[in-house]
Amino acid sequence: MPLAKLLESWPALRQLREGDPLGLGKAVQSPRSQSLVPRIDEAEHVVQSVCPYCAVGCGQLVYVKDGEITQIEGDPASPISRGRLCPKGQASKSYAQSPIREYKVKYRRPYGTEWEELSLEDAMEMIAERIVKTRAETWEWETEDGNPANRTMAIGNLGGATLDNEENYLIKKLMTGLGIVQVENQARI
Amino acid sequence: MNPGPLTDLMEPTGVPAGWEAYGDERKPRMGFFTDTSVCIGCKACEVACKEWNLIPEDGRVWTGESYDNTSQLGANSWRHVAFVEQRKPLYEGASDENPLRWLMSSDVCKHCTHAACLDVCPTGSLFRTEFGTVVVQEDICNGCGYCVPACPFGVLDQRKIPSTLNVGHKPDLPPIGPLERGEKKDGRVWKCTLCYDRLKGGHEPACAKACPTKSIQFGPLDELRERADARLGKLAAEGWNAAQLYGRDPDDGVGGFGAFFLLLDDPEVYGLPPDPVVTTRDLPEMWTNMLAAAGALLGGITVLTLLGGRRK
Amino acid sequence: MPSLGTSFGRGGATTFQQDLQNADCIVIMGSNMAENHPVGFQWVMEARERGAKVLHVDPRFTRTSAMATKHVGIRAGSDIAFLGGIVNYVLQNDLYFREYVEHYTNAPVIIREEFADTEELDGLFSGWDPEQGEYDVQTWMYEGMEVHGSAGQREEGFNATKGEQSGHGGHGGGLQHGEPPAEDKTMQHPRCVFQLLKRHYQRYTPEFVAETCGCTVEEFVQVAETLAANSGRDRTSAFVYAVGWTQHTVGVQMIRCAAVVQQLLGNIGRPGGGIMALRGHASIQGSTDIPTLYNILPGYLPMPHTETYGDLEHYMQANTSPTGWWGHFRAYFVSLMKAYFGENASDENDWLFESLPRIDDDNSVYFTVEQMLKGKVKGYIIAGENPAVGHANGKAQRLGLSRLEWLVVRDVVEIESAAFWYDSPEVESGELKPEECATEIFFLPAASHTEKDGSFTNTQRLLQWHWQAVEPKEDCRSELWFYFHLGRLIKQKLEDSEDERDKLVKALRWEYPTHSGILEPSAEAVLQEVNGWEIESGKFLSGYPELKDDGSTLCGCWIYCGCFEDGINQTARKKPHWEQDSYVANQWAWAWPSNRHIIYNRASADPDGKPWSERKRYVWWDGEQGKWTGLDTPDFEETKEPHYVPPDGAAAEDAIAGGHPFIMQADGRSWLYVPQGLEDGPLPTHYEPHESPFDNPLYSQRANPRRQQNDLAEDPYNPVDGEPGTDVYPYVVTTYRLTEHHTAGGMTRSVNYLSELQPAMFCEVHPDLAAEVGLENGGWATIYTSRSAIEARVLVTDRMRPLRMKDGRTVHQVGLPYHWGKRGLVTGDSANDLAHMVLDPNVHIQEVKAFTCGIRPGRRPRGADLPRFVAELRERAHSRREQDPRVEPEEVRKTTPS
Repeated sequence: MPLAKLLESWPALRQLREGDPLGLGKAVQSPRSQSLVPRIDEAEHVVQSVCPYCAVGCGQLVYVKDGEITQIEGDPASPISRGRLCPKGQASKSYAQSPIREYKVKYRRPYGTEWEELSLEDAMEMIAERIVKTRAETWEWETEDGNPANRTMAIGNLGGATLDNEENYLIKKLMTGLGIVQVENQARI
Repeated sequence: MNPGPLTDLMEPTGVPAGWEAYGDERKPRMGFFTDTSVCIGCKACEVACKEWNLIPEDGRVWTGESYDNTSQLGANSWRHVAFVEQRKPLYEGASDENPLRWLMSSDVCKHCTHAACLDVCPTGSLFRTEFGTVVVQEDICNGCGYCVPACPFGVLDQRKIPSTLNVGHKPDLPPIGPLERGEKKDGRVWKCTLCYDRLKGGHEPACAKACPTKSIQFGPLDELRERADARLGKLAAEGWNAAQLYGRDPDDGVGGFGAFFLLLDDPEVYGLPPDPVVTTRDLPEMWTNMLAAAGALLGGITVLTLLGGRRK
Repeated sequence: MPSLGTSFGRGGATTFQQDLQNADCIVIMGSNMAENHPVGFQWVMEARERGAKVLHVDPRFTRTSAMATKHVGIRAGSDIAFLGGIVNYVLQNDLYFREYVEHYTNAPVIIREEFADTEELDGLFSGWDPEQGEYDVQTWMYEGMEVHGSAGQREEGFNATKGEQSGHGGHGGGLQHGEPPAEDKTMQHPRCVFQLLKRHYQRYTPEFVAETCGCTVEEFVQVAETLAANSGRDRTSAFVYAVGWTQHTVGVQMIRCAAVVQQLLGNIGRPGGGIMALRGHASIQGSTDIPTLYNILPGYLPMPHTETYGDLEHYMQANTSPTGWWGHFRAYFVSLMKAYFGENASDENDWLFESLPRIDDDNSVYFTVEQMLKGKVKGYIIAGENPAVGHANGKAQRLGLSRLEWLVVRDVVEIESAAFWYDSPEVESGELKPEECATEIFFLPAASHTEKDGSFTNTQRLLQWHWQAVEPKEDCRSELWFYFHLGRLIKQKLEDSEDERDKLVKALRWEYPTHSGILEPSAEAVLQEVNGWEIESGKFLSGYPELKDDGSTLCGCWIYCGCFEDGINQTARKKPHWEQDSYVANQWAWAWPSNRHIIYNRASADPDGKPWSERKRYVWWDGEQGKWTGLDTPDFEETKEPHYVPPDGAAAEDAIAGGHPFIMQADGRSWLYVPQGLEDGPLPTHYEPHESPFDNPLYSQRANPRRQQNDLAEDPYNPVDGEPGTDVYPYVVTTYRLTEHHTAGGMTRSVNYLSELQPAMFCEVHPDLAAEVGLENGGWATIYTSRSAIEARVLVTDRMRPLRMKDGRTVHQVGLPYHWGKRGLVTGDSANDLAHMVLDPNVHIQEVKAFTCGIRPGRRPRGADLPRFVAELRERAHSRREQDPRVEPEEVRKTTPS
């Protein structure tokens, strides 16, 4: 370190020069404190989103840097939430980055005692096969009373209240096409 | 040794020491006004604070004390919502057979006008920012802990857990709440910074931004005090039971809080000291004595060091 | 939501959260809004700051009560008694808004002579069929006219009417120049709705309310008075509810009763008024509008039913209302079939109607669980739901899953519904052994909301787009990806199939553009299909009036038509509220229908089209411009004059008069009395919960006669109302959420910062109850029912007030949050393990807000001792019950068919 700079950083000198003889304020401001920048100002992009928890529908701003979320906070522009969030909404980043989040497919064979690894591709193929097979084996053209049925009662699909409209749309469309009528979610109201 | 400046510090000027030295860089003194009459006890402030400041979790302890499982402010909880269940009516003179009210209040570092923590910090880690707030600088703090007993509110606390606490329930998981900045092992002191970094960027502190009902209000302290006075007037007119301001007054024992409160009962009900006093009130005298002793022992060197700065 | 649907025409909240700030009084009931919708609650606080009264009527003193100007504690499940009391109070004291009631509701309409009320039949309405355990609703109809509800049975199919004319909409006459054939404008006719209402509720006196609900007469009167004083021309009051109302065997009728109150007080369609239905999931409204529900197709079109509809014309006739906007049913249906099947659906093949799958009366989730337990369901896909913790009777849920051949679970973390085979109470007790469980399980990690594009429909019918922020990692995928590629793979496999069975799935339009390395389908492309376009030109439709019934338009959900108007994603509009003209902020996202925020807002003006008052102006008739105008999009044909009288033979919306704001209803009016659409009665009636320590003070019919019970060994019931054995389960128990967690916990017990805030399962009890059974704050309690027993930490609090009931009896209530399970960062026993699966008949929802339990100090037995403990208590209760069971002669045990 050059001598001049070294002297400049010498606290006693700073305290006197900066009018802070007790060293309570500016004189003791550390390099980190001097150069502090809020990380939302360092984000590469900000995305307007909506809280995934309850149905109030609070606006969220998702800050991203290097492909990772660095912060989620309220979107002040939202007329509903005006930038505010509850503890859950405020914890959305921690939810998306949960320490117990799963990133890999897990497979449990019948009577298995452990999870096993399985590729996503194989899992998709196996699930499609199961649906085709079960559906074929259990197809009902008619009810016991002889009324038209066109369906299988051996397959069901549960979930939707936490999903996007577009996802719900594809679920109902696909299941109806397949003759799967037991499509349900928590929203039975 | 002339302890003059320290004496000045003790005068109830309402102006925090160290703040004026910023000169042109000085910003209006910023603070919090926490209006507990609209606090819904949601704890968004606690979470927003932790999310922004990357604070480790504080342990999963169920206390059995109403809905409060945070218990107190500490190194890993810079906001703490207190819950008080009372057999009292919300409004004065309400004729309720079984009166009941549930008080909630989000506590935080008071950013005192006369901050003892700042006075005793030997490293210059604790400092007064250009916003008039009191901040621990994590790259300076060496964990000596002098400030901990100095705080009349018990806000300052050393982080005792390792900074790489693995809180997942599997051994191979990455750490949670890591220190993304600073390389030191912990043991340092941590507390509310009033989101110093956000303030520098022109953003409001995370807790105030999140607060769903604006129980936590952020702004220039002068403005907040006016707002609080008006608010207290309104509640009084509406007959709210025991509404009172806490820490608003520059004449109190710490020169007024930078983060003050509107409470619905006496401070001690919320676990707050009713009459906080800056613990370094007697410091000038102590210093004189200490300096005399030090002079006798070590001669001028110690004096120079103390005078020269708190940084070691 | 058939309650709001049958009352007003659409199954959604009638207002929006920001408008609560304009209320002069807000009644929060069946909701703990401050805790479960904290950010929406800011608008209640705004109202309070402006001087509004906030009344919280709830079994518990919650964080909402703490903010209310008044909290009234009532017994869980007694809400209709309380609300019916308000109806009676308003009618007896002439506090209703006469002009509004006369013109906008069906109060003047005369009901058929055959109709008989519960007051005449000791708790049953006319038409009860004791063999079937169902109502024939023919006697409930308007005199001289048959009307179809806008919701309810519409969604189930009209077979449930059971009458000879069922399935023939419009028979028996229609509106005459916009008016039902028989009405009495003076509302004096003994069979007009207004007088029926008076008689039905005449015994709901303040004293009755106090004795039944456990509040004081003064408390009740204060609520009724405050509400009435803040309603009328100059003032409006709003109701707020959530699942504290829905999750009962009379849940739909609780909401209906609030709808009756709000109609009498003239609070619907007006600023500061309305009924705010608070939903608990990000898109729970969306998942009913674009349903992942068995009984409806998008836009509340009924699924074809096995028994009802022989062919397309029958289906059309049954579902098309001659009057009102349901008059265009065919256009909605045909456009949906075009969206589903494209050119494969044509007029020639009846739009593939014959090939569509058929439903039974009840194929709801609890039916499916029963079928699982009976081994009839082989495969199951769970996406973003956790029935092992979140659904009633957790043990039945988990055992059901264990009897599947294969199971797919998609979630962000490994939830209990994926882990039940090695980590569940049944594994702990030895009732389930991994090496004996045959279920093949695929766990697929899901993408979070930040990792995909899409829209949520929030609690106020607002479609809000969220943009993707980051790419999902590794195997994580959106549901859009999963179902799109699953469909693609299945279609590939069936490509060469000639089987008739595969015709429909092969006919599905299943082309969506994909992007990024993982071939994520375009969510916007799906939303475009939902909005719809004119097939020949490809032009996006601007609203449902443009839909055609000849196959020339395509639309995936008619009520969402307009969300992609002009080829612009209207749901992604994010104009900041401070740049908008009014607090309605109608350039932020897009509300269905047609971007209307307060619906039925024609009612914010008087019959002449003028605002009821300056203070409450919202939408009004601009005579100079000859159109409706105001702060919001008018929920009325823009140029239909206030005094428009339909000509002879007018159909659909043209048959609705200019003075009738409820345009989805067959008669343009809101329904105080619901002649068609509900399974359990045209008027809400107080029934006790299925499990209750009390008798029905009104009728020998104790509980809702139409409630759905089942015959499963896994779902036994506690004795009730003083039967021998009731004393084994003497307390009322209610379940709920906390601010710090979300539903079954998958999205919060996985988050450190939330887990630490509420780290343990606990129960809330009053000091008196604690003293009575020896519970200590901070200690442990075991809570038990006939189904199971769980343990919880004990929180002793004054907030669980004991209530003084009829004859001085005291009732204690036990509060249980239901967030915990075996997995996650914080774990605990699941409250839902205690609950039974008896359901509301309209929506098949479980009664977890009021049932009975026992409680004792200490931790629960471990291992095999747990089921033994539960069985011993159950036997003790039931053996005594059998000696002298309560007789409910009119009631059959209505079970789902197996």
